[in-house]
Amino acid sequence: VIATLLATTHTASDTIAVPPIRWLAILPPIILIGGAVVLLGVASLVRRPLRVGLSTVATLVISGGAFGVAIWQWTDVVEHGAHTYIKQAVVMDGFSVFITMLVAMAMFLTALVADGYLRREGVHGAEFHVLAMVSASGAMLMAMANDLIIIFLGLEILSIALYVLTAFNYRRAASGEAALKYFILGGFSSAIFVYGIALTYGATGSTNLTQIADFLSKNVVLSNGLLLAGLALLLAGFAFKVAAVPFHMWTPDVYQGAPSPVTGFMAAVAKAGAFAAMLRVLFSAFGVVSTDWRPIVYGLAVLSLVLGAFVALRQRDVKRMLAYSSINHAGFILLGVVAGTFRGVSAALYYLLAYMLMTIGSFAIVTVLGRAGDSDHDLSRYRGLARRQPVLALAFAVLLLAQAGAPFTTGLWAKVQVVFAAIDVGAVPLGAIAMVTAVVAAYFYLRVAVLMYSGGGLGEPEGGTTGSGALSLPSDMTAGGLIGLAQPAALEAATAQDWGSPAAASSAVTTINQQILLADEQESAPSEPEPVDVPVLSSIAIGLCTGATVLFGFWPEPLINFANHATLLFLPK
Amino acid sequence: MRHEVPFLTLLILIPAIAAAVLGLLGLDRRMHRELTYALALLASLATLGFAIAVLVVMKVSDGGFQLVSDHDYTGTALGVHWYLGVDGISIFLVLLTAVLFPLAIILGRNRENARVYFAWMLLLEASVLGSFLSLDLIVFFFMFELTLVPSYFIIAGWGHQRRAYAAIKFFLYTFLGSAFLLVGILALAFIHQSQFGYLTFSLGPLMQTHLTGTQGVLLFLAFTAAFAVKAPLFPLHTWSPDAYTEAPEEGSVVLSGVLAKIGTYGIIRFDLSLFPQATRTLAPILLTLAVIGIVYGAIVACAQRDLKRLVTYSSLAQIGFIALGTIALSTQGLAGGVLLMLNHGLIVGALFILIGFIYQRRGTWQTGEMRGLQKAAPVMAGVFTVVMMASIGVPGLNGFVSEFLVLSGTFITHRWWAVVAVLGVIVAAIYLLWAYQQVFHGPPREADEKTRDLGLLERAVMAPLIILIVFLGVYPKPVLDRINPSVNQLIAHVESTTGHSQPPVAVKGVEGVK
Repeated sequence: VIATLLATTHTASDTIAVPPIRWLAILPPIILIGGAVVLLGVASLVRRPLRVGLSTVATLVISGGAFGVAIWQWTDVVEHGAHTYIKQAVVMDGFSVFITMLVAMAMFLTALVADGYLRREGVHGAEFHVLAMVSASGAMLMAMANDLIIIFLGLEILSIALYVLTAFNYRRAASGEAALKYFILGGFSSAIFVYGIALTYGATGSTNLTQIADFLSKNVVLSNGLLLAGLALLLAGFAFKVAAVPFHMWTPDVYQGAPSPVTGFMAAVAKAGAFAAMLRVLFSAFGVVSTDWRPIVYGLAVLSLVLGAFVALRQRDVKRMLAYSSINHAGFILLGVVAGTFRGVSAALYYLLAYMLMTIGSFAIVTVLGRAGDSDHDLSRYRGLARRQPVLALAFAVLLLAQAGAPFTTGLWAKVQVVFAAIDVGAVPLGAIAMVTAVVAAYFYLRVAVLMYSGGGLGEPEGGTTGSGALSLPSDMTAGGLIGLAQPAALEAATAQDWGSPAAASSAVTTINQQILLADEQESAPSEPEPVDVPVLSSIAIGLCTGATVLFGFWPEPLINFANHATLLFLPK
Repeated sequence: MRHEVPFLTLLILIPAIAAAVLGLLGLDRRMHRELTYALALLASLATLGFAIAVLVVMKVSDGGFQLVSDHDYTGTALGVHWYLGVDGISIFLVLLTAVLFPLAIILGRNRENARVYFAWMLLLEASVLGSFLSLDLIVFFFMFELTLVPSYFIIAGWGHQRRAYAAIKFFLYTFLGSAFLLVGILALAFIHQSQFGYLTFSLGPLMQTHLTGTQGVLLFLAFTAAFAVKAPLFPLHTWSPDAYTEAPEEGSVVLSGVLAKIGTYGIIRFDLSLFPQATRTLAPILLTLAVIGIVYGAIVACAQRDLKRLVTYSSLAQIGFIALGTIALSTQGLAGGVLLMLNHGLIVGALFILIGFIYQRRGTWQTGEMRGLQKAAPVMAGVFTVVMMASIGVPGLNGFVSEFLVLSGTFITHRWWAVVAVLGVIVAAIYLLWAYQQVFHGPPREADEKTRDLGLLERAVMAPLIILIVFLGVYPKPVLDRINPSVNQLIAHVESTTGHSQPPVAVKGVEGVK
């Protein structure tokens, strides 16, 4: 890393003068990369593949260490303020520390989830953990970078490890396909991003964010075609990584194809890193020309919100559905970016943290329920889950409702903050659009919840009090409900005394409603799936995610203040 | 005005904690059945006790918010406060909630999977009480939204044939409405911040915000969208026949008795306080919709052969009356509206409970399948008669007092709307008497003769409702004494903001005319 730093910051000078290095500023990624290298070395020296448990413990310790260092960084920033280090190549401020902590936590939780997954799939060795840690260090680097080149470096470290992780389970053809798709499109987006850097350099004479801001504030660029083209290309690169429409094409396939723990990791960490870099580039470097980029981000936000919510309605695969929902979430976070204010950044940070917990928790449950082969992700397999595994179903219901924006979860506090940030700058229509898409999104989250809490197999006794689960619907749901839904017209006729025909819009909604519910009903599982075993570590991860989501929903002050405080220490303002 | 005992916070916390305990402890063995029931009943009765304590502690003649508790909730960054308070408008809705929920829990005793059912019920009670008590708009919004989750699961989990469809329809309609509410709240807070320089979501400071005409109207529409769906007001009512019919009986009791009142309460508490000018501007449209709702609800109710749907549509008409009195912006009208919320809650709750009793015995709500139940079940017929008469608005029972106030209050300010709305009262008599005749009169058939009369527990459940219905009909003064100061204060606020007063007759009576 340091060699690259030197190379990038001192291309022009003849003699290489080593800039003073503030080690603390770059310690977390160094810990992760160093730990990964050591783990890889140990794994290659021992004769047999390293035991999964061993690599898990190592990863937990390393990511815990990185988190500890981040706390140290935090106290340093609080005491001495935010500064740039290493010739302005990296910055250590509240913002970067926040994302560093977030990524370290995500790594920790993913290691917990992956343990059970790797054991179940019979994959030994330390490669998974090594790759994940390298990828996480890339995200941290993106958050602390103060130079477009460093951002690119972080982006590539993050992405290349993720490409491999996506294809990690080589027994699944879908994984290979997804990885190839991700790799090719990702390569494209990286090339676009680099070209954006080049154009920006051409327009402003620097790749350093501080110097770009300096240049733009002191000079009026009369023919700004080059600058705008560079900015647009940079935005395209970021939009690809955060999965914003229309750069989202890879998302459903990759989310579906990648091993489930990787999907959760990818959703949380890649979004965090890319959004962090995007926020910093737009505010630090291009804050002066915000009128130029704001409409573009506005458009990205609207498209992501709408498309993510509506397309998710039609998905039958839970992982695909969550992929589209992540696009919708990206739209929400973009609201904070559009605002481009202090409040917007703080809201986006809070949203990223809340989303990290919700999405890793959700994918942890999806991982557990995927069974051996990690392929059991059809919606119908969730039918009656509450009866078989009440605790797991409750946790999933809570996480899904939180994503939908149920009150007293971090999900709704996050939505409230980003929408307020948008309204704060007068983007009321955008806020309204966002909330309406949240309603649409609530529908597909609820669908899963309904399925989980609806009856299990056929022929179960009605009114049985022996059911161990939570809510259980008696079997007339499958029989009577099916008939009822299959003949909506007939039923309407039967209750024809209802004179007032609903408005056209509501009847359209009703029709969609019935079609989707009907599809769910017809999909009644031929056989009741056996309950799955939940590994201890996975249940700890799920418990942590669900618990934090609810706890900080009821007691919002600490997290909101934390995100706020981190933004106060944002550098440069 | 801080009190030693945080009554209002406890009112919300008791059912919420009980819900959490029931929901998370795995008391699912048969021997635990009685325990869960006892716990749920105890929690709801304790809530009732606290609600009565609040009524006792409150000062009668004070129109402002009492027993206020105000704590920082999210830190200064977001400025949300845990800000609760009660006044003459909300206290009786709190009491209504606290009365109806224990009854619903008693009635739900034998439900399948009772533990979870009670947990949802208690969570629903907590969120409803929270909606009536919170004076911070964000906390109100959270509570308002929270009511959706338990009611959704109650309908979807324990409802009748088409429950999945009804539950989703209910959820989406209400959620869509509240999406606009959130945007409205945030926009209002933003406007306030730009004028006063600090961020708050508390009702009091937000009432000072200066709004231009367009801003006021848009915000009013955003707020009212949520409330009108929840109430439901015509033409946003289309979810309610499905939801009320498919919900389990106790679910219908609380849905129509209490949850619907959050909508009308929201109009009074938030629309009138925050956007008086916009309310005035849009009053003709809203009054027209209310009157259409009254007449339409009554006419459609006439055509129902299904008791549950009949009560649903009569409920739509009654909600129309509440809205009519509220929007008329006169003292009598508003006081009548507030009183009608209480009365309608009692009446419709009693009606749905009675329909539940009939359904338990006969497995149907179709009026055509029953005849002459009076003979086999005289007590049930008697109770039904009293409740029905109250719903029609017979003097001496509670319905009359509030309907009279609403109509006279509306007549003072908006004469012709009141004239048309009276039609609704007449038609109400027609459909309720028809239904009563079909079910209870006539020669009984074999199945009808075997219908059991009300048991002891069932009579015990009906007794408090009947007592309240009669008491409020004969002697509504104690209630009106507490409602009126708050209503006067609200009307005074509206008049000072809009600069438009109600006719003197509304304040001074006959003296004002001379």
